[in-house]
Amino acid sequence: MHDALFWFCASIAVGGALLAMLRREPLKCALSLIASFVALAGLYFLLKSPFPAVLQILLYAGAIMVLIVFVIMFLNDESGAPGKGDISRGGLVLAVLILVPLGWILIRAIWNADLPMMPAAPEDFGTVPAMGEKLFTTWLYPFEVLSLLLLAAMAGAVLLAKKRLD
Amino acid sequence: MSALLALFLAAAGFIFWQGFGAEAAFGWMLLSAAIPWLFVLNMIPPMIWMERKGCAYIQDRVGPERAFIPGLGLRMAGLIHNLADVVKLVTKEELLPKHVNRTFYVAAPMLSMAVALLVGAVVPFCHELRFSDGFVFRAQALDLNVGLLWFLSMSSIGVYSVALAGWSSNNKYGQLGGLRASASMISYETVLGLSVATAFLVHGSTSLNDMVSGQYGTFLEVLPRWGICTMPVGFVLYMIAALAETNRSPFDLAEAESELVAGFHTEYGAFKFALFFMAEYVSIVVQSLIIVTIFLGGWQPLPWNLLHHDWLVEPANAALVLRWLLGATALGAGAFGLWCLKWHRTNRLRWKDSRKNEGIVLAMMLGFGPALAALLAVLLWGGPTSADGGVFTAAVVEFSALAGKTLFLCWVFVWIRWTVPRFRYDQLMHLAWKLLIPLGLVNLIGTAVLVKTGVI
Repeated sequence: MHDALFWFCASIAVGGALLAMLRREPLKCALSLIASFVALAGLYFLLKSPFPAVLQILLYAGAIMVLIVFVIMFLNDESGAPGKGDISRGGLVLAVLILVPLGWILIRAIWNADLPMMPAAPEDFGTVPAMGEKLFTTWLYPFEVLSLLLLAAMAGAVLLAKKRLD
Repeated sequence: MSALLALFLAAAGFIFWQGFGAEAAFGWMLLSAAIPWLFVLNMIPPMIWMERKGCAYIQDRVGPERAFIPGLGLRMAGLIHNLADVVKLVTKEELLPKHVNRTFYVAAPMLSMAVALLVGAVVPFCHELRFSDGFVFRAQALDLNVGLLWFLSMSSIGVYSVALAGWSSNNKYGQLGGLRASASMISYETVLGLSVATAFLVHGSTSLNDMVSGQYGTFLEVLPRWGICTMPVGFVLYMIAALAETNRSPFDLAEAESELVAGFHTEYGAFKFALFFMAEYVSIVVQSLIIVTIFLGGWQPLPWNLLHHDWLVEPANAALVLRWLLGATALGAGAFGLWCLKWHRTNRLRWKDSRKNEGIVLAMMLGFGPALAALLAVLLWGGPTSADGGVFTAAVVEFSALAGKTLFLCWVFVWIRWTVPRFRYDQLMHLAWKLLIPLGLVNLIGTAVLVKTGVI
C-alpha cells in the first residue's frame, strides 16, 4: 500500500515536472507544475510530516502558483510561447556541453552514494511544535536572513512597478 | 450520493453485526469517511430551499411553491422544486461549445466539487466515542494535527476551479469573472489566514479537536470561552473573508450578472452548471462548519461547562437529557401538526386540485407521526443504561448541536446575501488590502499580547 502510494505520487510529481518543461502553452505548464507540487505534498504525507505537506499545498500549489496562473491568464499572450524552430543550434550545443558533465556527476554521485539506514523519526516529527522549535532556535539566523531577503525582493518589486506606472 | 448512502448503511450494518466495539473497527472507519460527505451533500437541498424561500420572504414574496408530485399533491412549501430542478438539470442536453478548451472546461466543475468536499474532512462531528472495551472512534474523516491548515490549503486550491472555468470558456465575460475570482480569493485568503492565526494563538494548537475541547469553561469570569468571545475581531474578519471565499454576495463579483452575464460559468449548462451550483452550497456548509468549530464551540451543546461531555456520557445523565429532548420534540412536532391542520382549514378551498390535501398530509407526516414516536419513546424506553449507551447519546446530542449551529450560520449566509448590496470591484480590493489585512495584523499582535499576559 505504502509503496503503491509512493510510486503513484512520485510518477505524478516527475511527470508533472516534465510536462511543465515540455508543454508549449504557458497555462498548461503552470497546471502541470501544480499537479507536481500536490504530488510532492503527498510524498511528504507518506514521510509522516503533515505540516510540510500542508504548507507545500498552501504556499506552492496555492498561493505562488495562483499568482503565476493569474499573470498568465491576465496577459493571455500565446505569441511569446516558443515555436518549433526557436531554439538555435549554438544554444543547443551550449546546453549539451553544460548539462552532460553535470548530469554525469549527478548520476555517478547517486549511484555511488552510501545510503545509511536512517533512525526512526521521533514521535513529533513534522508536526507544528517540533518544526517551529527547530525554526526559531537552531535555524533562527538563516530564517531571519531569508525573511530579510524576501522583504527586499518585495520592496524591489514595488519599486519597479511604481517606476513603470509613473 | 446513493453510493455514499450505501457505504453508510453498509458500515452501520457491519458495526451492528460485530457488536459496536473494537471488532467493528473496519465498519467504524468506513463510517468516519462517510459522515462528513453525507452531512455536507444532504445539506444541499435544504440550503437551496432556504436560499429561495429566505430571499422571497426578505423581498416580501411567497417564493417557489408550485412544483408538486402529481397524485400525492405534496408541495412541501417549495421543497419539491429541488426535485424538479434535478430532473431538469440531469435530462438537459450536455452542451460542449466548440470554442472552449475541452479538458479544462470539463475538469473545472469537477475540481470545484472535489475540493469543496475534501475541505470538510477535518471537521470533528462530535466528541470521540470512547467505548467500554477501550475502542475509540473519532467522527472525523481526517484526524490531522494540522487540521485547520489542511482546510486553508484545500480552499486555496479551490481558486483554480473558478479561474480555469473562466479561462477555458474562451469568453470575455468568463475570463473577467475568473480573473476577478482569483484576485479576490488571493486577497481574502490572507485575511482568512490572519484570522485563523489568532485561533492558533488562543488555543495553542492547529488541531480542530483541541480547539473544540479548549472552548469549555469561562473567559473573563463570566463570558463563555467560545472563540467568538475570546477573539471577536477574528470572528468578524473570518465571517467577511468566508463570504468572499465562497464567492457570495456582497462579494460575488465573479458572477456579477449586471456586468458579466454570469461570470465564470457563462458558458456552462446542464449538469456542469449544477456542479458549480452545488459546490457553492457545499462550501457554504463547510465554511459554516469550520466557523462553528473555531468560534462557536464546535459540537458543544451549550456554552460554559453546561452539558459538559464528561457529565453527558454518564448513562443516568444521558437518559435525563434524552428524555427532555424527546419530550421537547414531541411537543414541537405536535404543535407543528396542529398548525398544519389550522392552515389546511383556512386554505382548503383555495385550490381545486389535489394540493388542497397538503395540510393534512404534512400534519400526519411531519407533525403527529414524529410526535407520537417521540412520546412513545419517552414513555416506554427509559433511556440508555449501559456505559456505551451514554456514549452514543452524548454523540447524538453533540452532533445535533453542531448541525443546529451550522444550519443557523448557513441561514446567516443567505440572510447577508439578500440584505447587503454588491460591492464595486475596486471597493472589494480596497476593503481587503487597506482595511481588513492591517486590522488582522493588529488583531494578531493584540491577541498575542493578551495570550502572553494570561488574559485569554
